[in-house]
Amino acid sequence: MGQLEKLLRERILILDGAMGTMIQRHDLTEFDFREGYFENHHKSLKGNNDLLSLTRPEIIKEIHRQYFLAGADIIETNTFSGTTIAQADYDLQSAVYEINYQSAKIAKEVANEFTDKPRFVAGSIGPTNRTASISPDVNDPGFRGVSFDQLVLAYSEQINALMDGAVDILLVETVFDTLNAKAALYAIDEVFEQRSEKLPIMVSGTITDQSGRTLTGQTTEAFLISLSHMPLLSIGLNCALGASLMRPYLQILNSKAPFAVSAHPNAGLPNEFGAYDETPEMMAAQIETFLDEGLVNIIGGCCGTTPEHIAAIASLAKNYKPRIVE
Amino acid sequence: MKSLNLSGLEALVVTPETNFINIGERTNVTGSRAFLRMINEGDFDAALAVAREQVEGGAQILDVNMDEGMIDGKAAMVKFLNLIASEPDIARIPVMIDSSKWEIIEAGLKCIQGKGVVNSISLKEGEAVFVEQAKKIRRYGAAVVVMAFDELGQADSYERRIEICQRSYTILVERVGFSPTDIIFDPNIFPVATGMEEHNNNSVDFFRATKWIKENLPGASISGGVSNVSFSFRGNNMMREAMHSVFLYHAIQHGMNMGIVNPSMLTVYSEIEKNLLEHVEDVILNRRPDATERLLELAETVKGDGKKQEKDLSWRNVPVQQRLAIALVKGLVEFIDEDVEECRHLYKRPIEVIEGPLMDGMNEVGDLFGSGKMFLPQVVKSARVMKKAVAYLLPFIELEKGGKRSSSGKIIMATVKGDVHDIGKNIVGVVLACNNYEVIDLGVMVAPELIIQAAIDEKADIVGLSGLITPSLDEMVLLAKEMERKGLSIPLLIGGATTSKVHTAVKIDQHYLKGQAVHVLDASRAVTVVESLLGTKKEAFITDIKHEYHKMREHHARHLEQKNLVSLEEARANALSLNFDGGEIIRPLSLGLTVFDSLDLNKLIDYIDWTPFFRTWELHGKYPEILQDKVVGEAAQVLFKDAQEMLSKLISENWLQAKAVAGLFPANAVGDDIEIYKNEQDNDPIYTQRTIRQESKKAAGQANLALSDFIAPKASGIKDYIGGFVVTTGHGIELKALEFEKNNDDYNSILLKSLADRLAEAYAEYLHQLVRKEIWAYSSSERLSNEELIHEKYLGIRPAPGYPACPDHLEKIGLFKLLNAEENTGVYLTESLAMFPAASVSGWYFAHPQAKYFGTGKISKKQVEDIINRRGEEYDDFSKWYNSIALD
Repeated sequence: MGQLEKLLRERILILDGAMGTMIQRHDLTEFDFREGYFENHHKSLKGNNDLLSLTRPEIIKEIHRQYFLAGADIIETNTFSGTTIAQADYDLQSAVYEINYQSAKIAKEVANEFTDKPRFVAGSIGPTNRTASISPDVNDPGFRGVSFDQLVLAYSEQINALMDGAVDILLVETVFDTLNAKAALYAIDEVFEQRSEKLPIMVSGTITDQSGRTLTGQTTEAFLISLSHMPLLSIGLNCALGASLMRPYLQILNSKAPFAVSAHPNAGLPNEFGAYDETPEMMAAQIETFLDEGLVNIIGGCCGTTPEHIAAIASLAKNYKPRIVE
Repeated sequence: MKSLNLSGLEALVVTPETNFINIGERTNVTGSRAFLRMINEGDFDAALAVAREQVEGGAQILDVNMDEGMIDGKAAMVKFLNLIASEPDIARIPVMIDSSKWEIIEAGLKCIQGKGVVNSISLKEGEAVFVEQAKKIRRYGAAVVVMAFDELGQADSYERRIEICQRSYTILVERVGFSPTDIIFDPNIFPVATGMEEHNNNSVDFFRATKWIKENLPGASISGGVSNVSFSFRGNNMMREAMHSVFLYHAIQHGMNMGIVNPSMLTVYSEIEKNLLEHVEDVILNRRPDATERLLELAETVKGDGKKQEKDLSWRNVPVQQRLAIALVKGLVEFIDEDVEECRHLYKRPIEVIEGPLMDGMNEVGDLFGSGKMFLPQVVKSARVMKKAVAYLLPFIELEKGGKRSSSGKIIMATVKGDVHDIGKNIVGVVLACNNYEVIDLGVMVAPELIIQAAIDEKADIVGLSGLITPSLDEMVLLAKEMERKGLSIPLLIGGATTSKVHTAVKIDQHYLKGQAVHVLDASRAVTVVESLLGTKKEAFITDIKHEYHKMREHHARHLEQKNLVSLEEARANALSLNFDGGEIIRPLSLGLTVFDSLDLNKLIDYIDWTPFFRTWELHGKYPEILQDKVVGEAAQVLFKDAQEMLSKLISENWLQAKAVAGLFPANAVGDDIEIYKNEQDNDPIYTQRTIRQESKKAAGQANLALSDFIAPKASGIKDYIGGFVVTTGHGIELKALEFEKNNDDYNSILLKSLADRLAEAYAEYLHQLVRKEIWAYSSSERLSNEELIHEKYLGIRPAPGYPACPDHLEKIGLFKLLNAEENTGVYLTESLAMFPAASVSGWYFAHPQAKYFGTGKISKKQVEDIINRRGEEYDDFSKWYNSIALD
């Protein structure tokens, strides 16, 4: 049994909160996204947050540090869009290796600053901006904007770079199309075999709304079944919903999943300006019901959450026992 | 996972407590010729409908198989699975990717987001391949069916079955890391009662092996194709159903927990007659040496459907009003005149018989049809009873004067100018009449001014238009414009095979602003639509329609630009290039025309494809299985019996005359044109066929096809050949149909027309075979069963002008001239280029072994202009012919 598995039996582990929300606090300009790396690039790069791991590593490291200080056991690398598919929007496919490798490296540097308890770095593997199982063209439902093979190739590059940068965990997250996630797991399994090296895998899906289904129409249980062929460390839910709306779907995972269960909800639903209103106290109160019911093993935050939210959640979670994984 | 868990959009958890899991098997080209035809013709809408029926019928896993030599199995698998993914009501259940080709399996696995099943892998090609494939299947996240098959062959004894299953299991679990619950064994179901002694124990071996697997290979499931067991009783459905039930009963007891079973080929075990059960079990369980002989003897006596009934006249004993209701619901005409006469004396006025008991009976029919408990052929028979009853009463009503019957509304119906097809229109007319609407049917090929005049003169409440060929769509647009111009505001109903909601919304609705155009999908919807349009909720209904059509137009406009067409130049550069110098071309035995002035229709019976016949009557399902269908089976049987009776009558009494002409000519392709020559040494064509090229964006390795690709290019110097044909079985039909209609018998009129259509198609099939074997004789050794013919297992194609491979109706003009078809067959073309009589088929023959059916899809305006230029001065004003195929 690995160190993580052991810890998961002892207590609820804390995941970090939002990266984007924290970056927004810095009022960055176009130049911040370019300096030293992409100064002459022909496309606007502002908003391509993954690049900041290269151009403004101190900002990213500081955000990681704040989350560790707030009590996070696991932080996520700044690599949500670190695939050639997602970076194609910026014509920056060539930067993918560097983004993932450096993001992993700086996250590990911050983790190593802490010696009080084990701190882990999860390589964040986003969904890309394309869906493999639905057509972008309503008139041509058989068409696909991306193929399984293209996804496997793109994910393999990201995974190799993250592993070169020495991440501790791979986190396939914000899964809105299970076929994309299956491609990610396929790539992971293949890369593990090629490198003769394995890491714990976390998967986190996104239930779009109260229909209880993913964007591509799967129920929570179908989502779980579709990804259970790999020996996962955990399966869970993140994004789209705040904690209280996420609860019924976590109950399903709790009752059916043979793995640990994770949750990193948003700070409520976005208001009309796109901002998240839930205060750390409000969110923690909702999460307490998860803990009370013993639904989760790993808890953290997604959009709109900050180190203050994570601190509030962490101070609650230490009073509760983790869910029992059978 | 503790048990087999699968998923589509929803979960399927198979536990030891779960009942038998039923795998839907109709979306399988090797098992369903109808499905193969759909895939072959690219009719994926119909293919999806088959999948949907399976799910609605209770299938819990959908088996998809595209293994057929004539189709690109990999492309078809990918396309079908991608389309299923967009249909939540189908994608709900897990998919079983069924293929003997690994590349098709792998392509399929890349399309499904859920956890599906691969069907199947085995040790047939040794351990290395087995391990490699299993490893990938696990990585793709699917379960797997493992056949009891190894390097030595298929397991056919108990010992071989368990040996192979054990070995497969050990490799999968220990070497590949497969979860035991993701393994499904297929231990081979083989036929019994074959007459060969070594087959006698086949079922028992299967049962024992199943039990052994359950006990010794923990977690694994057991599946199989049940219909194999009764293979030796093909043609005796009653026997087969009993064998399936008995086999399944015992297999499930031994641990089989899923399988491919056709629910319509299954009886309830406890309802099998005792003697039959004993005989069947003797065979299945191999209980006595003479079991097979005894069962064969018994089979002779239970042949057929075994449901022979004496005529039941007990219904004659109830009061006359009830008798009328029964006669209407059951469609019985035998006693209608005497019952109506009797009833007439019970009421003060004859009209009250109609408004009282007859309308009550028809209302019941309407309710039963509306709730899906009666089917179209039955309703048309009910209407026949009603018409006869009304006809009997009419003289008394007129005698009495002033007793005008009140109807719920008056509807003008017509098949538009240039179109001769009226089966659908007649059916809608009957259904509406059944629901107390007065229907004024103007017939076929009705000019727009006549339709409008009739609507005005008759003060009609609704006008209904019908058409089958694509030029009719333009006629409908024209009529809508005319109605608007004349200031009409009554609703306009649009129906017929080529019409669609989107066409009505985009092309018709906007031209008829004073009134409302409404698309009606089929006869069963007609009543609801008419009721809504004439009832109190009219405003709300129209508002909904307007809103829906508006949205469709917006959607249509938004997605126009997104159609993925390549340029015409690119499409041409990506033409299919075939070999023509390796024996592909065979010189026809006889060039020129062959005329068939008459034909014994008996010769066509074996060539009839019955499935479309049932579809005409809105009974959906494949023949012959449809006859056993749980829902429509009974209605289908009655209709089929009526059809058989009429068929033998129409043949023996010579109701219809069949004529045909086939012609074979030298030909060469020049670009997208096919030049057709009189003699082989000629350089100047007698006719040039303009073919249409696909312009949709193709996957790598896929060509943009045009029919000209199947003919040797002129520049090659190789002489090639092409053929054409026109067949008809429609001469004489008008007279006979009229005779029925005069006798208030729409049922037989429509039955006759739908049979004539089938005969025409059968004649086309028959003639094509004659051409292949004797006239062109490029395939003279061909020997195919009817099933294989319908499967289109032969070489060469016969695409019809106006259909997907050559949607250009104008080609019919040239084809008819080339064949001197009007004189040789008596078939002529209407101004919309429909063939009259309607029961006619025409087309081209292509003999290249790689010639295949395809659809041109939508084409660019540029190609339309190009074709018009190529046609030069041949015809005037032809751009309108391309409206339905050009991209707007």
